[in-house]
This record gives sequence, C-alpha cells and structure tokens, in this order.
Amino acid sequence: MSRISDCFESLKERNRVALIPFVTAGDPDPDQTVPLMHAMVAAGADMIELGIPFSDPMADGPVIQRASERALEHGVTLRDVLAMVRRFRAENAGTPVILMGYLNPVEALGYERFAREAAECGVDGLLTVDIPPEEAEELITALRPQGIAPIFLISPTSTRERVKRICDAAEGYVYYVSVKGITGSADLSTEEVERRLKVIREITSLPVGVGFGIKDPETARAVAQVGDAVIVGSALIKRIEEHADQPGAMVSAVTELLAGMRSAMDSGC
Amino acid sequence: MPYRLIYSYEEFNVPTGSQRDFMEMPDERGHFGNYGGMFVAETLMEPLLELRLAYEKYMQDDEFLAELDQDLADYVGRPSSLYHAKRLSQEAGGAQIYLKREDLNHTGAHKINNTVGQALLARRMGKTRIIAETGAGQHGVATATVAARMGLECVVYMGAVDIVRQEANVYRMRMLGADVVAVESGSKTLKDALNEAMRDWVTHIDDTFYIIGTVAGPHPYPALVRDFQTVIGREARDQIQRKTGRLPDALVACVGGGSNAIGLFYPFLNDSQTAIYGVEAAGKGLESGQHAAPLCAGQSGVLHGNRTYLMQDENGQITETHSISAGLDYPGVGPEHAWLKDAGRAEYVGVTDEEALEAFHTLTRCEGIIPALESSHAIAYAISLASRMTPDQTILVNLSGRGDKDMHTVAALDGMTR
Repeated sequence: MSRISDCFESLKERNRVALIPFVTAGDPDPDQTVPLMHAMVAAGADMIELGIPFSDPMADGPVIQRASERALEHGVTLRDVLAMVRRFRAENAGTPVILMGYLNPVEALGYERFAREAAECGVDGLLTVDIPPEEAEELITALRPQGIAPIFLISPTSTRERVKRICDAAEGYVYYVSVKGITGSADLSTEEVERRLKVIREITSLPVGVGFGIKDPETARAVAQVGDAVIVGSALIKRIEEHADQPGAMVSAVTELLAGMRSAMDSGC
Repeated sequence: MPYRLIYSYEEFNVPTGSQRDFMEMPDERGHFGNYGGMFVAETLMEPLLELRLAYEKYMQDDEFLAELDQDLADYVGRPSSLYHAKRLSQEAGGAQIYLKREDLNHTGAHKINNTVGQALLARRMGKTRIIAETGAGQHGVATATVAARMGLECVVYMGAVDIVRQEANVYRMRMLGADVVAVESGSKTLKDALNEAMRDWVTHIDDTFYIIGTVAGPHPYPALVRDFQTVIGREARDQIQRKTGRLPDALVACVGGGSNAIGLFYPFLNDSQTAIYGVEAAGKGLESGQHAAPLCAGQSGVLHGNRTYLMQDENGQITETHSISAGLDYPGVGPEHAWLKDAGRAEYVGVTDEEALEAFHTLTRCEGIIPALESSHAIAYAISLASRMTPDQTILVNLSGRGDKDMHTVAALDGMTR
C-alpha cells in the first residue's frame, strides 16, 4: 500500500475528509518550507501538495505566480525541492507529499532520473498541470516502477469519455478543478461540484480531491460534504505573502486558516 | 491527408519512390516527430478538440473557403507582389534576390492572413469575444482589425516592455476598439503575453476565441496557423516560376514563432532543389547568451502547449530573451521548425541586432522599401548568402512586414550610434 491510499483508508475509517494544503517550495524563502510543512501537518493537514516553482505558470493566478517568482529569486530548483521533501521525511514518515507544477523542470531533469530521485526522497505523487493523459505515457512509465502516483486534473469541461481516460491513467486520487479558470479565481458553486462529482464517481473508485476557489472554512466545509479531499492553495499563499518577512507570524497565519478549515470540515460531516 | 485540406496536392511536388514527404506533418495527435502535441491543463483540452473539429470541417467547406479567398483578395489585398530587388542584388554581388511583399498587405505584415482566417472560424463557431497575444504589435493590430470589421469584442495582451517599444501599434489597436492589457509578469514580453492570454482563455472558454498569432501553441494551432499562412508560399512558388522559369535556389525568412517562415517554406518542402534558411534573432551574439535563437542555441522542452526547442536554463526554467525586434523576442519556436531542423530539411541561422539594423538601412536606401526589424534579419542573411552565390541563381526572401512601426526604435538607436 502507498502512503496516499493508506491515508485515504485511515481517513475513511474515521469518517474524515482529507485536507490538502498547497504551498510553493521555497516561498518566501527555502529555509522556511520544511518547518512550514511540519506546522501544517500539526494544524490538521493530511497530505501536502508542494509546488515546484516555474518561470511560466500558465494555469495559475497572480497569487501563485508571485509565489513562484519569490522562490525563483532564491534560485530554487527541482532538486532543491526534492531535498526539502527528504528533510521533511526525516521527521515525518507518514504524511503523503505530492509535487505539483509544470512539466518542463521535470523534463529537464529527465523522467527516469526524476522518478528515481523523487522516490528516494519520499515523494508520493506528481501532478504536472500541463500534461493531459494523452501525452503522459512515457512519464507514467517512469513513475510507476518507483511507486510515484501520477495525478491528473479533471475539469468542468471534461466529457465523460475524457473523465474515463483520465481515471484510467491516474493513481492515488484525481483532482477536480472546481472552476473554469486559473488558481485563486472565481467562487465555486457547490451544487455544480456535487453534480460533477456524482458523474466522476460513477466512473472511478479513486478518491476525488476538489480544489480551485476554496478560500475559507465555509467553502472547505461545503466541499467536504461532497469530495474526498479539500485542496487549498491561493488562500494560504496570500497569507504567506502578507507575512513574508516575519517567519513566525507567517506560520501562525497559515496554520490558523488551516485549523479553521479542519474544524469546519470535521464538524460539518 | 488531413492537414492540407485547402490545397490540391497536385499543386506541389509529390515525392516519388524513396523520397521523403516533408509535407506530411503533423500526425493525428498533432505531433511533428518529437515536437508539438497538446501540453495544456485539462480545462483547455475539450475546447481545443472542438477547435480542431471546426477547423477540419471548414477547411473542406466550399462556402468557407470562398469567403476566405474573397477576404484575402478584397480586404487584405492579395496576392502580394513578388519583387526583383535588382539594386539590392547588385549591392550583395551574387544571386538575384526576390522579395515576397507581405509588407504590402493591409495592416503592414503577413499576420493578417491568419487573423482573417481565424476570425471567420470564430464566427462560424459562434464566439463573440476575441483575444490575442502580441509581441511587436503586428498580430495585435491584425486581430483588432478583423475584430473591428466583424463587430467582435477584442482584448489584446501585450508585455509592458513591448508596449513601450511599440507605442505606435498600441495606439492603433486602441483606435480599432481593442482593449490592450499590459502584462507585468515575468519578463513582460511576448511569452508573458501568451501566458496571460491562455489564462484569459481558460477563464472565458464559453464565449471566447483565442487567435494565436504564430505556429506555436497546442495542437491544432501550429497546423491551423500554418495552413492560413501557406498562401504566402503558394503564391510565391507560382510567381517565381513565372518570372524566372524555375524554382528558386534558396528561401530565406525570419523565425520568431515562425509563422511567416512556415507560410513561405511549406509549399516548397518537397522541392529538394530549393535550400531553406530560417533566420533567428542572434541579439547581441549567440555566444553572449542575449538572443532569441532557440533553434540555434536552445534545447528541447515543453512550453505554451507544445514540445519544441526552447531557451532555458539547466533546471528547465525559461530564460529571458533579447532581440532588437519585439516580434522575434520569444524563447520558443513553432514545433514544425524544430522538426524540420532535426530532419535536416531546413537550416536555421542567427543574425545579430547590429547586422539586422545594417540590412534595414541597406534595403531602405537601395530599394526604397523600409522593412520591419523582424524582416531585416531575413534581408541581412539573404545579402550574405547571395554574395556566396552566382548571378544566375535566385533567392526568395519573405519580406514579412514593413518598418513604420520601428521608426521610433531605429531613430533612437541612430541617435546614439551616429
């Protein structure tokens, strides 16, 4: 069993929905990422999506774009991100870590080399937003033997046929993008998400995470009613940005929001 | 033969026996060998498949093609002429140089061939809002022009740096009714404008048509834009044979994303007697690292929806490019060019800012034609190539645009250097 499926199993037994924060590795500076990851777990995160900074984050809104820029100012590379996961793993053997980003840094390192080194560092999954399953065969072939789950997006525009194709390629969980747009954009509609998730569940037994547009404990609670995981990114990164030069205040601002979401999700279920 | 629907195949050289067919790309999945493809977020996959279906349908639709032909003739002013630049040839001292005068098109560049076509597609698909990215502003102007003509809302994304150096075009777009949005992220040039246009598209896919200006981006754009631009090469291939009685010995065109180049090259790809040269912006020199020449000095990678040659560092981050010409200042290149390079059918070379500027003045003085700084790169290479050839040989150069938009830049530089 992998850490990701173990995690979903154990949450199911406790009748809980996963809370997955997304932060960009190296934002606001590389030394703060690992302590922040530990603090987020303590505040109720079940898994962590760690962003690989990229110069051209086409699917991201201004908040996550700026996070990437701050990390790149420190020269953070994909191998630095892997090293951060290794440091996190030294003290946390159980919490799944999924890397999320764009394909080019992974291509530059090489698929096989990436998969090998990522597995050694304790990475559990990879979500590259700009690779649909049609183009992913070679990448999946490199990830699978190393036990790294290929994770894909499903969007409001995905047809039934596409949902099936995506779920056939995916492992770990699928990530339902709740709005047509970029990260940190419009408000999501819970009814629409519920309707779409019903269709996805007819096709797959994989857990379904929901992200894009989850801003506060209220929306986290609403999404927890229908999804298997609540993914929150821009709302956290906004807090990181606001407290970029005060590490202590930054960690408490992030954990405060996460803890609020955790208790809203747990009380609402 | 799915991607040459608007042409009769017999018009061109059909490879025989063991000869390779260079006109066969892309494949079903939009791949040009190792390049191209559809590397986009899931939300864009279905809209791209819809676009592909519409494109395949209308490229075989007689009524659509008749309307396109009519627009190209009456609105754009096609066919553009082929001009024997005798004094320039003399100055070069070798082969005869012929210029394909895309600078004479409405709006002053080849860009309008594509925007007229895509706007017709947009209308057939029921879209009411047009978006575009632009570097030099030529594609933005060409898009704002067709949007004005059709009464469609138009938003053009342009890097804040380019807005400063191409002020006249910004003013033109605004007069045409377009909303020009300054992009302040990243390097604030063409690549960032493309990122922002993609973000807009993914947020407004229901009513919006994204008119990409070059032969890059996810499938079907590289094939679709090529097919609309191929009118350049089809006319030129016919014109040069009528003027000289044979095919040219060489083709030369500048390559940023590569749409004017592929438009000229494509109909000649199976003419093995014709050498093909794509000219990239070598900026301050290929060895300086300050250039925009991914085919000459980049590596394969994935950006803006396709796999191609890119300017990037060893960690896969896209690096900032430099060129005197905003239209060539782009870290990627159309995937078909990447494929043609690897296949050995075309050769890609670099021309520096300084060489391009010199060619700008040479053409202006010898022929009374002021070229765009982009096209000046092609002129510069053609002059040096011609000098190594004989007077009975011919070079066909795509003069992709006129230089009015660059007066400001050139005047400022001359003010400093002379």
